[in-house]
Amino acid sequence: MKDVQRPRCARKTPFDSFAFKNTPRRRLASGTALAGALGLLLIPNAAQAAWEPTKSVEFVVPAGTGGGADQMARMIQGIIQKNNLMGQPIVVINKSGGAGAEGFLDVKSSNRNPHKIIITLSNLFTTPLATGVPFSWKDMTPVAMLALDNFVLWVNSEAPQKSAKEFVEAAKEGGANRFKMGGTGSKQEDQIITAAIEQSAGVTFTYVPYKGGGDVAAQLVGNHINASVNNPIEAVSQWRAGALRPLCVFDKERIPLKEPVADGKSWNSIPTCKESGLDVEYTMLRGIFMGPGVTPDQIAYYVDLFKKVRETEEWKDFMAKGAFNVSFKTGDDFKSWLAAAETQHKTLMDKAGFTKQ
Amino acid sequence: MPEREGNLEALGSLIHGFGVLADPMNIAYMFIGITLGVLIGVLPGLGGANGVAILLPLTFSMSPTSAIIMLSCIYWGALFGGAITSVLFNIPGEPWSVATTFDGHPMAQKGHAGEALTAAFTSSFFGAFVAVLLITFLAPVIAGFALRFGPAEFFAVQLLTFCSFVGMGSESPFKVLCAMMLGFALAAVGLDSVTGELRMTFGSVELLRGFDFLIAVIGLFGIGEILLTMEEGLAFKGKSAKINAKVVWETWKSLPRYWVTAIRGSIVGCWMGITPGGATPASFMSYGLAKRFSKNRQNFGNGEVEGVVAPETAAHAAGTSALLPMLTLGIPGSPTAAVLLGGLLIWGLQPGPLLFVEQKEFVWGLIASMYLGNIAGLIVVLTTVPVFASILRIPFSIIAPVIVVICAVGAYTVHNAFLDIVMMLVFGVVGYVFKKLSYPLAPLVLALVLGDMAESSFRQAMLVSQGDLAIFWSNPLVGSIVTLALVMLFWPLISALLRKRQSRQDGGTQVMPVK
Repeated sequence: MKDVQRPRCARKTPFDSFAFKNTPRRRLASGTALAGALGLLLIPNAAQAAWEPTKSVEFVVPAGTGGGADQMARMIQGIIQKNNLMGQPIVVINKSGGAGAEGFLDVKSSNRNPHKIIITLSNLFTTPLATGVPFSWKDMTPVAMLALDNFVLWVNSEAPQKSAKEFVEAAKEGGANRFKMGGTGSKQEDQIITAAIEQSAGVTFTYVPYKGGGDVAAQLVGNHINASVNNPIEAVSQWRAGALRPLCVFDKERIPLKEPVADGKSWNSIPTCKESGLDVEYTMLRGIFMGPGVTPDQIAYYVDLFKKVRETEEWKDFMAKGAFNVSFKTGDDFKSWLAAAETQHKTLMDKAGFTKQ
Repeated sequence: MPEREGNLEALGSLIHGFGVLADPMNIAYMFIGITLGVLIGVLPGLGGANGVAILLPLTFSMSPTSAIIMLSCIYWGALFGGAITSVLFNIPGEPWSVATTFDGHPMAQKGHAGEALTAAFTSSFFGAFVAVLLITFLAPVIAGFALRFGPAEFFAVQLLTFCSFVGMGSESPFKVLCAMMLGFALAAVGLDSVTGELRMTFGSVELLRGFDFLIAVIGLFGIGEILLTMEEGLAFKGKSAKINAKVVWETWKSLPRYWVTAIRGSIVGCWMGITPGGATPASFMSYGLAKRFSKNRQNFGNGEVEGVVAPETAAHAAGTSALLPMLTLGIPGSPTAAVLLGGLLIWGLQPGPLLFVEQKEFVWGLIASMYLGNIAGLIVVLTTVPVFASILRIPFSIIAPVIVVICAVGAYTVHNAFLDIVMMLVFGVVGYVFKKLSYPLAPLVLALVLGDMAESSFRQAMLVSQGDLAIFWSNPLVGSIVTLALVMLFWPLISALLRKRQSRQDGGTQVMPVK
């Protein structure tokens, strides 16, 4: 799901380490690290002496507390802690300023610091384009793609449109700007999908930006807007309550979850937008990055860590509840995905006029 | 939704909820939560949202019911605790206790810290209790009401908050306007949420996050107050306070006479929590209304108990009822509710209309814990009133540096940024200068906290209506709120006109004293 643009009065972070003072493994781990370092000295040519964190790891969230990235980061923190996957504590820190630019700039400037990782959302691509703040994914070290967040086109269940095709036609007939599309934030994922629909179907919407995905879903239930592109987890309860209707999913393929969710229908019964005649594809990256200049064994440590996280029951359950696309990519595979995604964002945003000149 | 279920059924479910609580572990979590919450509330900067977010991953191995009981108790504790430093040192521990400083701190300066704290805690409890009753019996009906709020309605409510607070200023309107405009200007720095572009950051990375309300408040109130005290002779005015354990009982005897204010505060709070406007605007609105309609309105700002009762009932009622839209609609009514919402999803629960049907044990366990948690909270904080009140007896030269350090730590905590400490000091000087030139601080603070929200609601409404202002009178709900707000704003003018007309009718020649 998406990330709440925090009201000014909200705040974050902490003396997180208070919560972890009594981690018994801390001493043990530094001992191991020391032994590891000694080992490295003694046998200089040892193949890939495994790196391990020697102090607490900062987990930067470039968004506010309570949003989708924050939830996922704290979920990961919980899983790591509960299953003892890391010898050192991991501490979540929100740096949401300037649509996440604050967090990305922090990681960008953390050269050769292996104790800082960041979770991404679409603002990895959109913020530099929309605000002109200078950073790109190439300034950081890509570690792994954890999952892709799905987007679904929703309408109020009282609306007459039963498919994406009908929806587009209704929007065309209604005339330019008559249909109101609600979404989270401005010039971010939701508005980009809206722009992509406009460009592909030749319609125009009035886009209304809200603070968070929950607000958007409630606004749609209350009929203040005509449609939304909420993530599954944000709108599923309203679907089950019969208040909202999903029209199509913006992924390349249907969501593979066949368990019935609402009304005998499953996530899998929602057609893709492409098969219902609306040629738009979009998913949002939930990936992990590190600062520049880190060594391969440091990257390998985190890749391995997140592989372990992905294997836990809690993670699988979370993925199913949120109907995520569970693709996992690392290394060059991930990098080429990133390059393609960057081009996709740039093209869409240029066409829509969202890029800062 | 169990809309047609009678109240009896709600009562039955509630009793079941208390059964869930009977587990000694849950009771223990409750007390741990309350105590942690009070501590979090006392420290400025480290707020309920932070506290809950830090502990969220720890609750991973608990049952969702125990987890939410503990986390929501942190929230209650923080709601209670925010008042303590507001009263004692003029430093709001939490954003919603800013309005408590207006009268709570003058009371402490007069030596009535114990009374102020007791009044604050008791009214907090009262507000929360009203909100919990509402949640217990009217949850489904009210949840539907929140759905009627679109951007125009949100703006109307924010306008009402402004108007009920600012319209009646006894200060010069020019100064009020100046302070407010400064607040709006500061609120505009950072990301513009409607266009997604940066405003007034001048290429500085540090300005990306804008001016945080909390840092401004810690500086303006906390540091500003210390500067003033230093000038006036390096001693707390309230140190002569007589401390005895009976202060609680004595204050309680005098509280029932403020029942109108308390009920009004609770109504304002519940309404603001559900819609969801948030606890901070609720406390300002309730204080503004109390000041306008109270018989003792001249005494407001100089240590009037009613000025403590009003914001505290509203803040706690709003904080509590904010959980309702979170549970039933998935809309967080406050930053802390946003974190709790994340918690629900992590524990595998889906907030929404069906939560009340499918997760009865969880929902009613939570509601039952609201009752017990608030009672436990009241006991915890009331027993500590004499302790906190006696802090004022510590010599200024010892406590002042401690306060400055706490303020600095608090300001740093908000964003983990060193520049925020510098900003806090600058705001401290601004606060001092404002006091010296008798510019009011409240409009600045209000504009800073509401400016952002009001701006985005207004612009959302304008997008929806394609720029037509008639949207603010497009249905009875929004129309009546906006009209009410305008009446509030021009009330001094209207009442003067009415008085004039009346005096003309009475005799015509009588000259009314012009204020």
